[in-house]
Amino acid sequence: MTIRAGVVAVQGDVSEHADAIRRAAASHDETADVVEIRHSGAVPDCDILLLPGGESTTISRLLRDEGIAPEITEHVAAGKPVLATCAGLIVASTDPNDDRVDSLGLIDVTVERNAFGRQKDSFEAPLDVTGLDEPFPAVFIRAPLIDSVGDAEVLAEWDGRPVAVRDGPVVGTSFHPELTDDARIHDLAFFESEVANVVSDLG
Amino acid sequence: MTDETDLEELRRGTELVKRGFAKMQKGGVIMDVVNREQARIAEDVGAVAVMNLEAVPADIRKRGGVARMADPASLREVIDEVSIPVMGKARIGHTKEAQILEATGADMIDESEVLTPADDKYHIDKRDFTSPFVCGARNLGEALRRIDEGAAMIRTKGEAGTGDVNQAVHHQRNIKSAIRKLEGMSHEEREAWARENDAPADLVHETAEMGRLPVVNFAAGGIATPADAALMMHHGCDGIFVGSGIFGAEDPEAMGTAIVEAVNNWDDPETLAEIASNIGEGMKGDANVDLPEEEKMQGRGV
Repeated sequence: MTIRAGVVAVQGDVSEHADAIRRAAASHDETADVVEIRHSGAVPDCDILLLPGGESTTISRLLRDEGIAPEITEHVAAGKPVLATCAGLIVASTDPNDDRVDSLGLIDVTVERNAFGRQKDSFEAPLDVTGLDEPFPAVFIRAPLIDSVGDAEVLAEWDGRPVAVRDGPVVGTSFHPELTDDARIHDLAFFESEVANVVSDLG
Repeated sequence: MTDETDLEELRRGTELVKRGFAKMQKGGVIMDVVNREQARIAEDVGAVAVMNLEAVPADIRKRGGVARMADPASLREVIDEVSIPVMGKARIGHTKEAQILEATGADMIDESEVLTPADDKYHIDKRDFTSPFVCGARNLGEALRRIDEGAAMIRTKGEAGTGDVNQAVHHQRNIKSAIRKLEGMSHEEREAWARENDAPADLVHETAEMGRLPVVNFAAGGIATPADAALMMHHGCDGIFVGSGIFGAEDPEAMGTAIVEAVNNWDDPETLAEIASNIGEGMKGDANVDLPEEEKMQGRGV
């Protein structure tokens, strides 16, 4: 079966997400047909969406100007899955706590941008994630933290604060699962949950 | 979910974290700014990061004299002003300027030929730093030497402050063409290429196997219009540095907005035509061919 995977590509680490979803699909004997989304019109044909890391100010501005933002909202309203990482999480949140970012309100959380400080404070560390047997190698780059969680499930915490959440079909992480070869977060978002049913129903 | 995450296993400044930062800049425009007001405008028009310096390259050219790291107080002001990453420039080989930039909070350090080199033989040992570095290169050998020293991002040198994109194109073509040749070579031919080009053999093999530089590759040096930015994306760059091109233009906000949009629409000529319309005049600039050899910055630190 082939999954049409849209990687939002207005800015950020797009090719890393494209590689990660191809790897994750292959490990489930499926094929991901990756579409880079830089303009409106492409999202409605996608089964799943990935919102990469990058700069949330730039990404949210271009999503609005290109008319992609409402298409992503409709995708989620239709119950189709999304993985949003770092800047993607900020853009997907209900409240980015910063009027420089227009967020999409897909995940019921309030976030704090650059919560760990500057780039020299960025780090990698093993992280326990609900649903994974072994810790995940999490890479935090000028990462956001989640301040408060509304109607969403916390999947992981760092030092007592949420860094991975699920709200219906949308999974959001403060860290960058696409920067390592470990595809388990992409698995979790698209193949190994109730959402997996959405994907396997596509065939 | 457990709360047993081991804070002891936290690692900062690894190659993954440093190269990862550069990857987050992809598809973006990094703009030179000399003060907080310019930084504010850059963030508002959609820059992914700003590069703080004392004077833009075009003014450094006019002014002459020794060009150094900017006052750390100015870097701090820009850091306080914007939420996007702030980068700073250190002189080639000037380890102390780089340490000061890191201590001040610069998110990335540009070891830059635009400033007057502090060391005529050695670059900074960038692996020693927690912060990621970007370095300029004119060809693949130079790019791989910088990566070997620890650079997490490579940019073309171009010819800064000219507003002439010619040299950025030349350098990007050099890099791409060398990678294509390497891809077709046998193991021993690649080893010989590494020796002939003063490049580390392991990085030569890695580049040949990946079919691209192992780190993010931006364009810089002489990019002055949306069309210039689109041209560099067409040549396979991951993103764009604009130096004097934004704040040297008649209408910096219009020019900045247009360059950001052009990078997202580089392969769509009709949209580019709209983007490039009515944005005021670009920086005046100097054609590279008219520049005396001794005034060129690109030959510094090879």
